[in-house]
Amino acid sequence: MAEPTAVVDEGASEEFHERPDKPVPTDEVAAALVAKFEGSIFHDSHGQPVVYADRSQMADIATYLRDEEQFTTCLDVTAVDHLTDAERMAVPGVAPERFELVANFISHARNRRIRVIAQVPVSDTTVPSLTPVYAGVNFAEREVFDLFGIVFVGHPDLTRILMPDDWSGYPLRKDDAPARVPVTFKEDPGPRVGGAA
Amino acid sequence: MNEVVNETERLSRQTDEGAQELKASHELVVTGTVWPELEGDGETMIINMGPQHPSTHGVLRVMMELDGETVVRAKPVIGYLHTGMEKTGEQLTYVQGCTNVTRMDYASPIANEIVFSMAVEQLLDVEVPERSIWIRMMLAELSRMASHLLFQASNGMDIGAVSMMLYGWREREETLRVLEMITGLRMNHNFVRPGGVAADLPDGWQHAVLELCDKVEVGIGDYDTLLTGNPIWIERTVGVGVITTEQALALGVSGPILRSTGFAWDLRKAQPYLAYDKVDFDVIYTQNGDCFDRYRIRLTEIAESIKIVRQCVEMMPPGDYRVQDKKITPPPRERIDQSMEALIHHFKLFTEGFRVPAGETYVSVESPRGEVGCYIVSDGTGKPTRMHVRAPSFYNLQSMGPMMEDRLVADAVAVISSVDPILGEVDR
Repeated sequence: MAEPTAVVDEGASEEFHERPDKPVPTDEVAAALVAKFEGSIFHDSHGQPVVYADRSQMADIATYLRDEEQFTTCLDVTAVDHLTDAERMAVPGVAPERFELVANFISHARNRRIRVIAQVPVSDTTVPSLTPVYAGVNFAEREVFDLFGIVFVGHPDLTRILMPDDWSGYPLRKDDAPARVPVTFKEDPGPRVGGAA
Repeated sequence: MNEVVNETERLSRQTDEGAQELKASHELVVTGTVWPELEGDGETMIINMGPQHPSTHGVLRVMMELDGETVVRAKPVIGYLHTGMEKTGEQLTYVQGCTNVTRMDYASPIANEIVFSMAVEQLLDVEVPERSIWIRMMLAELSRMASHLLFQASNGMDIGAVSMMLYGWREREETLRVLEMITGLRMNHNFVRPGGVAADLPDGWQHAVLELCDKVEVGIGDYDTLLTGNPIWIERTVGVGVITTEQALALGVSGPILRSTGFAWDLRKAQPYLAYDKVDFDVIYTQNGDCFDRYRIRLTEIAESIKIVRQCVEMMPPGDYRVQDKKITPPPRERIDQSMEALIHHFKLFTEGFRVPAGETYVSVESPRGEVGCYIVSDGTGKPTRMHVRAPSFYNLQSMGPMMEDRLVADAVAVISSVDPILGEVDR
């Protein structure tokens, strides 16, 4: 009884080795993306289809989603800094980098969503901009640039949007500590004279 | 003397910078048509409307290039209300998180609380009880009524129907009074929390809510009489600030602005959450995509919300108002007096919060302004690694450029008003 089972297992694991750690997409659009774009990996996140892709493919994926799959709107572009994660959700086959660029797309006609996530290393934070494909991500990419310092190549107006123009640093990075303005009370000798006073 | 010179220098430089910023953005502003080539010697002027202007709804600044009275280009400039709420969100526990998100869209805080709570619940894999779902839905609709009533008031005032300011505010105040009776606060309720809602409905809530519905129904009838057929109102809004469905979709615009272009898209119907699939209501949409249509949609949506609220009163299920999961729900107040463990439990929950398994999720609901989404990344601790809110106003603002182009400055005021931006959620 034990032998046949072992044989079956071996066969399964061989097939497994051919496509290492690649979960089979349960979503048709995600399946199309995984088939079309080399190196992209499907992940089911709480029932939501997510595709992890190389960041250089982001604009191509967006174009494909818009032109071939009726994804008329890019709802949101944002980023995540994983520098201080206590525990990071591991996605098999994805080499984690410090930053993640997250884009949410929606197809109104087909009433479905998809999320594309790209890893962005801190050494090279350039990503192709999605603005030529979806004009509406203009503000969102400016926000990500402003708060994370991720540079969108091809963005027509990559300037700070929320922070002052002369601000240095990227506030939502984990190593950018929140500044505190000390509260001054009436009887205090003066504002910010230091601890000695 | 020196100071005066510096001051003038600074002012002129700001204007120059503004001009360059606008020039640089020549291609990026998405418009329906190609920007008209400026004829002659380019006798245009760039002015800033805002950030301190009565019609800019807070601290919105719109940079406009004017040719006489005509707006050639317009670009919204934001950030004046940026307080780093997403950064703050990373330093608050999931229990405290609602106090943060509720302050983003301060005109309809319940929608933000719901979307945050639903995202956390999805990460926790918690099912909330039926009653809390219906309480949430009723509050969301009351909040939508309050928000749209506020729009009626401010929109009326911006366009010159100043008495609308009084009427709209009056009905909104009534709505907030009912919200206060239920949640304890007029605004920034912090009532919807991960795992349910903060408290059960108070005694006599049915009466208060139904009475409110009757009052607001009379109110919107009055607005309809006052404005809809009013020739001055029509003159000021019909055909003003037109946007097409294609533009709206490309720009990520959602909510009443998208629906005004003839595209009936409402998440409550398209991707039902809470119990919206169990109540009867219509998605309101119109064909022209102008300021008048947006006004009509919001006015009619108040009536639809009243319809939903009445059904909520009728169908409110009995049961628990929050999930009985000891990990995320504090013990009842009486237990704290009797049991030390309960006290410790309560203390731990409100100081350290609960842990959420590592993962990421994006949840979205239909707020009065469009799709509000919450993207949360958890690293398994009591505080999120990233808490991002996809604010509908942030994206809707981008539609201002195409709407204002080639129209008069006076129409720009109508456009800003009809986009109905809440700068609190734009700048976060």
